[in-house]
Amino acid sequence: MEKNLSHIALFAALVAVLGLVPAITLPVGVPITAQSLGIMLCGTVLGARRGALAVLLFLALVALGLPILAGGRGGLGVFASPTVGFLIGFPIAAFVAGLIVERWRAPVGIAALAGAVIGGILVLYVFGVAGMAVMLGKTLPEAVLLATPYLPGDLLKAGLAALATQGIARMRPDALLSRA
Amino acid sequence: MLTLTSPVEIWAHRLPAGVKLAALAGATLILFWMTTPAQQATALVAVAVLTLSGGTRFARAGARMLRPLLPFAVLVGLWHLATGEWSLGAVVVMRMVTAVAAANFVTMTTRLSDMLDALTWLCRPLSPVLPPQRLALAVALVIRFVPVMLLRAEAIVLAWRARSPARPGWRVAQPLTLAALDDAARVAEALRARGGSG
Repeated sequence: MEKNLSHIALFAALVAVLGLVPAITLPVGVPITAQSLGIMLCGTVLGARRGALAVLLFLALVALGLPILAGGRGGLGVFASPTVGFLIGFPIAAFVAGLIVERWRAPVGIAALAGAVIGGILVLYVFGVAGMAVMLGKTLPEAVLLATPYLPGDLLKAGLAALATQGIARMRPDALLSRA
Repeated sequence: MLTLTSPVEIWAHRLPAGVKLAALAGATLILFWMTTPAQQATALVAVAVLTLSGGTRFARAGARMLRPLLPFAVLVGLWHLATGEWSLGAVVVMRMVTAVAAANFVTMTTRLSDMLDALTWLCRPLSPVLPPQRLALAVALVIRFVPVMLLRAEAIVLAWRARSPARPGWRVAQPLTLAALDDAARVAEALRARGGSG
């Protein structure tokens, strides 16, 4: 029980810290940080359930008013902003990424890459794009257009998440809870 | 760690968090029902008055928190100028700014401890699976470990710089994740040694 709790809390902190790592800000406004890398890692390292709970805990702290969202944002306002869809998609993305690593018995690096791409990009973008369409009163194709500038960065992050997960499998095989 | 609560105490700090959160939920619902530019403009003025009621320092901090919306406002504005549906564009932009500003107002005038009490209250129906004391412990652990991990990230960056002229970039992610896993194992042991997580 303590192990679950401490892993969930420490990975929520990890997502926050990765969001504070200096970012490149695109002209569209949302900064590219390693935060979505943190979301992917929650799933691929901790597994579906713990990963999703870690992300939910992180979001709860954002709502409480801590400036831990990418670019030092936070508070209740971010849940009313056009990017709210991505926030709703975060825990589901971590869950799907974790589920793929848990269930698909491929080599860990390949399963983690698949999990990060399908969960951390595909699933996340479905929610993010739908959110922008609703909040900005746009059609879905128009909203897709707004999200595409982030795709190259996110593909890179999926690769990094897979490499990091594979490295952890090698260095701390027992600690990789998604395969425990 | 710093929170987004405003250091400038205004009248709204004294209202109970529950009242502010309920009012915010109601106001946001109404905002999404209003469809004419005149209605949205009224709401925008109301939020501006609310924010200005805290004085200029408070209002300036509130305005700063709206900056991430600027690119969206510009983009949507240009889009609707191009398509000619300027009134729809005005509604979308004003609604976005009003909704975010109102939510920020609640965040700025509510202390972290009061927010935490509100969260615990909201999570009461979950208490069979999520005892409140475990939620509180998890929140406290995150608040404690964010600065700890930031320091560790800096140490990793310094170690990298000592060995390579290249910028470390996102390569800090893997050692940082590994450190989080090791810390988690140690924290779990420490919690168990002190009587468990309750």
